[in-house]
Amino acid sequence: MTTMTIAKAINEGLRATLSNNPKSLLMGEDIGPLGGVYRVTDGLIGEFGADRVVDTPLAESGIIGTAIGLALRGYLPVAEIQFDGFVFPGFNQITTQLAKMRSRSNGNLTVPVVIRIPYGGGIGSIEHHSESPEALFAHTPGLRIITPSNPHDAYWMIQQAVNCQDPVIFFEPKRRYWLKGEVDTASAGPAEDPFKAHVVREGTDATVVVYGPLVPVALAAANAAAEDGRSIEVIDLRSISPIDFDAIEASVKKTGRLVVAHEAPTFGGIGGEIAARISERAFHSLEAPVIRVGGFHMPYPVAKVEEDYLPDIDRILEALDRAFAY
Amino acid sequence: MGATHLPSTEFDGTELDDQLEAQAEAALGVPSTEMIQLLGPDGTLGTDSVFSEYAERLDAEKLRGFYADMAAIRRFDQEATALQRQGQLALWVPLTGQEAAQIGSGRASQPQDYIFPTYREHGVALTRNVDLAELLKQFRGVSNGGWNPKDTNFHLYTLVLAAQTPHAVGYAMGIQRDQRLAEAQGVESAQGVDGPAEPKAAVMVYFGDGASSEGDVHESMVFASSYNAPVVFFCQNNHWAISVPTAVQTRIPLSNRAKGYGFPGIRVDGNDVVAVHAVTEWALEHARQGNGPVLIEAFTYRVGAHTTADDPTKYRESSEEALWREKDPLDRLEKYLRAEGMADDAFFAQVAADGDELAAYIRKSTYESDAPDIRTAFANTYVEAHPLVAEELAWFEEYSAGFAGGDEGEGAGR
Repeated sequence: MTTMTIAKAINEGLRATLSNNPKSLLMGEDIGPLGGVYRVTDGLIGEFGADRVVDTPLAESGIIGTAIGLALRGYLPVAEIQFDGFVFPGFNQITTQLAKMRSRSNGNLTVPVVIRIPYGGGIGSIEHHSESPEALFAHTPGLRIITPSNPHDAYWMIQQAVNCQDPVIFFEPKRRYWLKGEVDTASAGPAEDPFKAHVVREGTDATVVVYGPLVPVALAAANAAAEDGRSIEVIDLRSISPIDFDAIEASVKKTGRLVVAHEAPTFGGIGGEIAARISERAFHSLEAPVIRVGGFHMPYPVAKVEEDYLPDIDRILEALDRAFAY
Repeated sequence: MGATHLPSTEFDGTELDDQLEAQAEAALGVPSTEMIQLLGPDGTLGTDSVFSEYAERLDAEKLRGFYADMAAIRRFDQEATALQRQGQLALWVPLTGQEAAQIGSGRASQPQDYIFPTYREHGVALTRNVDLAELLKQFRGVSNGGWNPKDTNFHLYTLVLAAQTPHAVGYAMGIQRDQRLAEAQGVESAQGVDGPAEPKAAVMVYFGDGASSEGDVHESMVFASSYNAPVVFFCQNNHWAISVPTAVQTRIPLSNRAKGYGFPGIRVDGNDVVAVHAVTEWALEHARQGNGPVLIEAFTYRVGAHTTADDPTKYRESSEEALWREKDPLDRLEKYLRAEGMADDAFFAQVAADGDELAAYIRKSTYESDAPDIRTAFANTYVEAHPLVAEELAWFEEYSAGFAGGDEGEGAGR
């Protein structure tokens, strides 16, 4: 067991990937000598050279598009998009090309591209630097979307993303890059399925489903609720596509109440999909409607008011109150 | 990656211009804006200080082969158009007029090269030994690409304009990496000095004058230039992006754009199969030898409609079409072959008979081309097991079984 931050854990995961597979390479803007704007690739160019850690021209469509070409030639490219809001110049390549290549080739071609995207708000940044676009990609068949919430998952899930033969979008909770935790780097291989959810706190009265940056928030809310005598189960989704509905269903059948929280706007979001599925699967177990907590239907607001926008402990507690009111 | 070959900040723009001009001229022996033509519309063979050498590699058999290829693909095009009119295809994208651009360039490629087409490259597909019946499946709505690109190194058609151009550059970067990995492992793969080795490969990517305006073309040329990738950008300027003329896409010859990226750009008469072949052979050799990308602009004309859903009478004069018919790629090669005594009536009769045979094959295989089972779409969305796909497939099976005869495999979705 080693203690490290999420940023360091991803860095170590990438280092392991580059060491283990000569066909893997990193590509993106400023990932070389600078080590990325968040220093996630810090030191890797020195260790593996500019051929494996490739500073690209400043062009997101070009980054994703050439990554697809490299994958077609048998390489395992890990492309970094510098910020969530800057993925959209590459959106066409991701949705019309990367996601469909396997299907449209009748299963003849594989494009095991990984796209790393720092996402989410709470860092006081300027516009386009705090967004949560995961639902746009989750709506696209052919992609897989995962997001770690702690260093151990970060270390293993990035390696599992590279080893996955399908395209994977790896969303990194940027405001948690400096969150420390224990990482078991010694285990022979990743023991856990990256597409399965984890129960990170057991409870009996209500379930809160979160992922990425909101996992610590939900845990804090659960602790606060415990002081009021409510036992809250917290699920870290880990995978946004596919979603581990079995894990949520099992929890809801135990607790009878479900709150889903994410930073992305509520409308058309992951929470709505979970609410619909759980209503179908566990209708008779539900004591209350599934309550969603998320961003408002507005472009991500200016940093000075983002605290009013982002789901926090009180917003989750308020949602639990509503669930318990039934 | 090295930025050393890029101009320094002290570099003067005009100097760069002059230097590249000089480089282009030195490399080609011709100014890059001049259109390369060897076989004129009257069927006489001209000379060129650089490319005649390449044309001389073509013997009578190869030239007859070019003619046979062009005639075959034109016949195929007519047959596919007819099949669309009969309702057998939802849509067809005719290539008539562009046979020389496609056969000439496709025949210049080697098996180890990888080709990324757009969606009109039926002639290139022929040169890559793609079963032409497979091409029609996309337009019949039974497949999005019936062939396995790994068999022919001819990628699937891409319908989102220019989206395939960065794929081509990435693939070319992969070829570079393969060579570096091989060298690192001590294998003299590049030159084959120590015995049999992988032949050097390049990538060629097709797009049109319309797609040249897409951002992906720009980004691809930037990447190709930055990494000196072995890729040939083959732009068929057929003068019309559906109804919009080339003048709306560019105010300079498209080949000139290469200069802005720092690699050679060549405009070639796209209706001259000899020149297209020569220029493409030069460009692919240039790329394979590690000299970086090349842009070829094949100056040609889409004689027919954009697709079978298009109506050119609404946006262009038939006199313009007539003018280009006089520059027909097949006519000029036939004149040359006859004048040189390289082909006789029997040859052309045989070509016509072969065309009829191809058409009959295409017709028959299209009639017999049935819809796939939608279960294959469930199976091909992901490589690895996916719970949502599994759940939806299970629902579909149960739903289908609810119909009469469903459990005999004749249920919904067929």
